[in-house]
Amino acid sequence: MQIGPILSTLRRHRFTCTLLVLQIALTCAIVCNAVFLVRDRLAWMDTPSGVDEERLVRIEVGDIGIHTDMHARTLADLAALREIPGVEDATVANSVPFGDRSWNSGVGLQRDQHVSSLNTGNFYGERIGEVMGVQLAEGRWFRPDEYRWMDDVVSAKVKVAPSIILSKDAADRLFPDGHPIGRSVFVGDNEMRVVGVVKRLSRAGGGDRGQAAFSTMVPLREYPAMGAAFLLRVKPGEADRVLTAAAAKLRQLDPRRVVTGKQRYSDIRDAYFASDRAMAVLLVGVCIALLTVTALGIVGLASFWVGQRRRQIGVRRALGARRVDVLRYFQTENFLLASIGIGVGMVLAYGINLLLMWQYEVPRLPLVYLPAGAIILWLLGQAAVLAPALRAAAVPPVVATRG
Amino acid sequence: MFAYYLELAFRSLRRSRALTALMILAVALGIGASMTTLTVLHVLSGDPLPERSGSIYMPRMDPRDLSHAEDTKLPVQVTWIDGMRLLKDRRADRQALMVGGTVPVQSDDQAMDPFIEHARYTTADFFPMFAVPFRYGQPWSDAEDESRAHVAVIGADLNARLFGGTNSVGRTIRANGADLRIIGVLDVWRPVPHFYDIYTGSFSGSEGVFVPLSTARALEMGRDGGISCWGEGSTAENEMERASCTWLQYWVQLDSAAHLEAYRRYLDGYAHEQAALGRFQRPQHPEVTGLLAFLEEQKVVPSDVRLQVWLALGFFVVCLVNTVGLMLAKFMRRAGEVGVRRALGASRRSVFAQLLTEAGLIGVAGGVGGLILAWAGLALVRRQPDAFARLAHLDLAMLVATLLLSVIATLIAGLLPAWRACSITPALQLKSQ
Repeated sequence: MQIGPILSTLRRHRFTCTLLVLQIALTCAIVCNAVFLVRDRLAWMDTPSGVDEERLVRIEVGDIGIHTDMHARTLADLAALREIPGVEDATVANSVPFGDRSWNSGVGLQRDQHVSSLNTGNFYGERIGEVMGVQLAEGRWFRPDEYRWMDDVVSAKVKVAPSIILSKDAADRLFPDGHPIGRSVFVGDNEMRVVGVVKRLSRAGGGDRGQAAFSTMVPLREYPAMGAAFLLRVKPGEADRVLTAAAAKLRQLDPRRVVTGKQRYSDIRDAYFASDRAMAVLLVGVCIALLTVTALGIVGLASFWVGQRRRQIGVRRALGARRVDVLRYFQTENFLLASIGIGVGMVLAYGINLLLMWQYEVPRLPLVYLPAGAIILWLLGQAAVLAPALRAAAVPPVVATRG
Repeated sequence: MFAYYLELAFRSLRRSRALTALMILAVALGIGASMTTLTVLHVLSGDPLPERSGSIYMPRMDPRDLSHAEDTKLPVQVTWIDGMRLLKDRRADRQALMVGGTVPVQSDDQAMDPFIEHARYTTADFFPMFAVPFRYGQPWSDAEDESRAHVAVIGADLNARLFGGTNSVGRTIRANGADLRIIGVLDVWRPVPHFYDIYTGSFSGSEGVFVPLSTARALEMGRDGGISCWGEGSTAENEMERASCTWLQYWVQLDSAAHLEAYRRYLDGYAHEQAALGRFQRPQHPEVTGLLAFLEEQKVVPSDVRLQVWLALGFFVVCLVNTVGLMLAKFMRRAGEVGVRRALGASRRSVFAQLLTEAGLIGVAGGVGGLILAWAGLALVRRQPDAFARLAHLDLAMLVATLLLSVIATLIAGLLPAWRACSITPALQLKSQ
């Protein structure tokens, strides 16, 4: 195609061209980064919890006044909950993966280690792993005789059984040789022996994404206080019915009790990722708006150019250029401008990414986003210029002869 | 003259409707997005106590043992032992020790189910120190703190819920199974961020029930919030007064630089005394952190919000570049008209002024459109699940700023196209007609 003549024509519109190139470059840079951020958020939102999400529900209660018989009451509550049709199992758990309250501790490999080797999220509750549907990778679950009541341990009436179950990620980090079972770890001053490893168990609360799967289980029985809540495993499709029935049952057992929360596990998970979802939607919205504005800008400028060059086009047509030649001319012109814009845009995209990495701990932009962004903008440019170019192609040769 | 330019501008804008609409839309989208995100940032990074944030401080020291050696940041909470000691020493102009909690509240009205309410257990200075507004009654005094009096101050919302908003001073509220006499009712009070206890949600609302700290501990009311323990730290509720855990917030008011300096020396002395006694094991570098510096350090404004502002500003720049291009196209298309006017004696300046009037008009229209978009955008933001989202509203300052920004930005965008258009040589244009 006639690139030489196009370039020399464009040189006469240096200012307008610069603006167009600048706009395409900025759009390219922002869209590349925004799409990357969206992908990053979506991947994070897909982080597995390790629990049987479809079949878990949680009920939080608040007690009025002080009770002395919490152990017996809790066991009675759990027995009654297990009677409800559709309930497969029940426990009281301190926390769930991606829940809003977290219990954390440093785990070390030696006694009196000043800097702990790993910070983990801790799960407490009788048979919490089995109830949540966590999958054992190796070793065993806790034996019934290993469980102690949390409050007895806290008030130092009894000592916690020296057994701990690690998530696979925590075990791999602590024991890179791959043989965690039977080895010792230190939680505070307590020496605990690793009896089992579960495939995946995400921790609760906020914090660093890289540490999301470092978690432990310790054989403790919980009662509903300080954020610990009833956790039920239900038959498929029974979640809503069980929640209603279980809340009613708990009120019936103790009318002075207040049910403060009833959630399916999916609600807990959704709440945890809600702001990431909102951010992803926002970024997609901005991308669409940017591409639209840029496309409209190209249409506007191209239309102006076509209007300005009507006589020039007419002369070309009169001299024998076909319609398709005129069409090609405008398409090539746009392709050239878009290419310059994309080139500048890629450098900008990388610069913005570096800034984001420095300011907001965003990962490095994979190179594959650059050609993808380029293709999007080339296509966008071609689509936007098509209507004005067709109008140009429709200019009759006779225009050349008019004043 | 300006009226004439305005009329010309109107006419010109009407002539190419599509191009005009495109320019206005671009400006409106850019302005709308920018103002939406800036408003959210403006609300979130606001000063929770605009009148006195400069005199509110958080004394901080490091009571931990050596097991947390990797953590060099000073804790933001204190132990009961240290908190009580600092409180009793009364070295600041005002001081308050506090912790959050939740209590079940029962109404005398049998038809109303008991419900859970957020509570704050604190000491008497809390109210005057943070300038908490009262609608009825007054705060409790040190005497009530000392005697563990069964009194409470309740928030405006809870008062509306329990007593229909009437003056409930003197009545009782049943919280956690205990009867408390209401001595004060707050006016609407919602410090943003929830600075005095970031562990119970940086943007959560203020609490509904306020009880003297000593009373709440005696009545074993449910405690809530962050807790960090070390060594033999025990989290048994009845052991918390002795536990090696930080779990209380301690704030002071220091009215002058001299008081601040004196308090610094006092805190330094206290920390080193405790270290000498062997209670504190780590090297002591206590700090008295100002309220605003504290919020900055704790990064209470979510980083997503800042990211959104940058994103919106980037979008705005693209929209402006777009507008410059379109305006250039529009003004150049009128080269002929400009040529005629110049040939008939219009000065370059008057042509320039006329074209800028046109740009300004686009700015006004874009600003109005942007306001509508920002208003809609904020309505969308408020539907987001984040705790802070509900706070996002346009205020008058932002409204004026939006319009001004739009007009100024569009005028700047119009400068170059207008200058290019009026520097056309009239003769050349006339000839090509």
